[in-house]
Amino acid sequence: MTKKKSFLEFVSDTRFIHILLSIILGFLVGAIFLVIMGISVGGAYGRLLSSVTGVKGFSYVVVYAIPYIVVGLSVAFSFKTGVFNIGAEGQFVVGSMAAAVVGILGGALPKPLLIPLCFLAAMAAGAIWGIIVGFLKTRWGINEVLSMIMFNWIAFYLSNFIAGIPAIHSDGTAEATKNVSANASTLLSKDFINSMGLCPTANWGILVAIAMTILVWFIIEKTTLGYELKAVGYNKFAAEYGGIHVNRSILTALAISGALAGLGGALQLMGMGGRISVFSSQEGFGFAGIVVALIGCSNPFGVLIAGIFYGALMYGGSKLNLVGAPTQLVNVIVGTVVFFIAISVIFENLKRIQRRAPKTQAPANTEKEADKT
Amino acid sequence: MSKQYVDLNTPVIEMRNIVKKFGDFVANDGINLTVHKGEIHAILGENGAGKSTLMNQLYGLLKPTSGDILVNGKIIDMNNPRDAIAAGIGMVHQHFMLVQPFTVTENIVLGTEPQKGISLDMATARKNVVEISERYGLSIDPDAKIEDISVGMQQRVEILKALYRGADILILDEPTSSLTPQEITELIAIMHNLVKDGKSIIIITHKLKEIKESADYCTIIRMGKYIGTVDVDEVDENGLASMMVGRNVTFKVDKPEQEPGEVVLDVKDLHCKDYRDIEIVKGLNLQVRRGEIVGIAGIDGNGQTELVEVITGLRKGVSGQVLVNGVDVFNKPPLFGFEHGVSSIPADRQKHGLVLDFSIEDNLILQNYDKEPFSQKSILKRDPIFAHASQSIEKYDIRPKQSEKRPAGTLSGGNQQKVIIAREVQNDKDLLIAVNPTRGLDVGAIEYVHKYIVDQRNKGKAVLLVSFELDEIMSLSDIIDVIFDGQIVASIPGKEANENDLGLMMAGGKKA
Repeated sequence: MTKKKSFLEFVSDTRFIHILLSIILGFLVGAIFLVIMGISVGGAYGRLLSSVTGVKGFSYVVVYAIPYIVVGLSVAFSFKTGVFNIGAEGQFVVGSMAAAVVGILGGALPKPLLIPLCFLAAMAAGAIWGIIVGFLKTRWGINEVLSMIMFNWIAFYLSNFIAGIPAIHSDGTAEATKNVSANASTLLSKDFINSMGLCPTANWGILVAIAMTILVWFIIEKTTLGYELKAVGYNKFAAEYGGIHVNRSILTALAISGALAGLGGALQLMGMGGRISVFSSQEGFGFAGIVVALIGCSNPFGVLIAGIFYGALMYGGSKLNLVGAPTQLVNVIVGTVVFFIAISVIFENLKRIQRRAPKTQAPANTEKEADKT
Repeated sequence: MSKQYVDLNTPVIEMRNIVKKFGDFVANDGINLTVHKGEIHAILGENGAGKSTLMNQLYGLLKPTSGDILVNGKIIDMNNPRDAIAAGIGMVHQHFMLVQPFTVTENIVLGTEPQKGISLDMATARKNVVEISERYGLSIDPDAKIEDISVGMQQRVEILKALYRGADILILDEPTSSLTPQEITELIAIMHNLVKDGKSIIIITHKLKEIKESADYCTIIRMGKYIGTVDVDEVDENGLASMMVGRNVTFKVDKPEQEPGEVVLDVKDLHCKDYRDIEIVKGLNLQVRRGEIVGIAGIDGNGQTELVEVITGLRKGVSGQVLVNGVDVFNKPPLFGFEHGVSSIPADRQKHGLVLDFSIEDNLILQNYDKEPFSQKSILKRDPIFAHASQSIEKYDIRPKQSEKRPAGTLSGGNQQKVIIAREVQNDKDLLIAVNPTRGLDVGAIEYVHKYIVDQRNKGKAVLLVSFELDEIMSLSDIIDVIFDGQIVASIPGKEANENDLGLMMAGGKKA
């Protein structure tokens, strides 16, 4: 296309702009609520901005973002391959618990051995959680969305059960597991944190998240595996006709997606808390992953940025009560953003405004319709 | 046609000097069209000539860049299909827009349902539907679900939908592309019934025979330009074809005599069931040898679809053998058959043939993405993939050019088919199965497709051709096998076949 696009067409045809518009609208809607509540919009958003900037603030954002990015990748990968991994929540939980068990019981192992072991255990647990659902789907045609939601609860209670086993349960009074061994921690050294002025939970999990971003992009775009999985995702009939094993592909896609979500659980555990509390409700990392994947357009690098954005909202949001604004405001913003992304088709109608104007025919929708004759 | 219902004094549609540009691309360049009351008017043009673009403007889906549209003598500003419907225009799209789990009645009244208070008045709806279907001789079961009725019936529902909304002018976009010959005959009768009742019909097609059989006048469009409007009685098919493509078209397929070689495909006593679990292939035997084209002639529903699905591994059979070069591929996955010499052009190109969201270059390697040079050690090699696509686009005349990276879904139907043919012919397997390979294609493209199929035969490959176009079977096949009720009931040399005998055998009658 050599034809220069008008501004409105550019806006209406560019996915990235849709996302940006959705985010702006999210903040606008948030502002309306602030006005209703009589809270200064500038004060609240100023606080939001100031708490996520600066070395310390941003390091918090990055730490918050790590699990969101990796779980977001898990969901984005599933979108690309035609399965909807709403079970990332459960995979995150089993992954986190697997890492905790290895990190507690294998505490004597040296760091270079224990950390990879924790990661592997978490990925295996997440992958198995995904494969079970995939097996139910491919073997008996059971809808994966339903079984995943149930498996989220199974993971939830399984995690609470394991946390209660004496070998795992905290020796103190806390309703939680023991802390994982220091050898299983991804925290940066105290000296480094202090000298750089980072937040106390600064850890190198972000490097793993970035590596995973590149890996997922590589698998999807560059490998024959990605080709197979995408072909099955887009049109399983043609894929089967072309000789691709459809069921095997679905299982592989769910295993990879599950492994990523499980890894997200391990990174969260090993970089932040160091132990798992007995849950009273689902933590929602898997559902946050869906939001991040949507904002990131299921593109791995988009997910990386969206994860950091989400982390910033979550961390910044937790500071809002300092200016008298409710923390829940960020949920309003996130909800609105997702809402507008979901209906972002409306932005494509922007060009109609121009089309209606006489004599300035917008050469819209160019290529597709021209060939359809 | 006798034009007995055409009222030349009453033009119902006039499109004057219509120009439609998409960016720099001119899809319609000064098209004129006049349709009168009681007239069947055909719009003829190759794939991509601009027929659908023109009709989409008439139906309010697109707005002309310049030019006027008059309905019943008044200039109408069409902004959307609602304006067109209000003006009495109805359109039946090539791909039907029906809600599969709904009944015929529910589909017809959809959006204009009669109501009783706040609830649906289905009894009245059903009565209205029965009334309108009887009035125009479009018999239909008002209570059947769409998913259970044939394509021909679904088309009737689409036509009734338009009539129910008060359409006086019907646009039929490629109405015969998915119909069996019997259904086509019925459709033409329906069209005649409608014009008798004072309706006007615009039919978009590239099938010359049907134009001759049904239309009064024909407007020809070539590469977006208006070529002319002719009285159908005054031109023959060759004349129409050359106006459409701008050169002389040969309908004859040039096929040298050649002795067939050893057997490649040997189907022995095959039994299989259809989706309802009823036996549909009942002990079928079939052989295809090197260097010959075997055509399967038969009415849809006699087991040919299932036969091909079993050979290509998409459907499990009950019993029997499917030998390809001596290897039994019966009930093996598609990949097994492919590796042992089966390639195929599937009947449903959008479902089985292509991944529409994939680029053309990715579609062209659907079976070979994991082989060199397209990948090495599981890593895709983009340069060879692109180069392969470029030369395929060139060699198989896939349009538009430079479309390697474009999603296959953006191509026209004919060009999508060329992508599949490019892929399957280049796979160069010993057996090529082609199912309705020219469905929906224009004569220019059909000529290409037939040439590629005959080329494979000439190279010593075995070709199994399944087609509902009897002309196609007769002009290409060395052997014609007639399928009826799940068995091959006759096998005759292509040269000796004639349409009447074949038609009789296809209907289950024995040859005299």
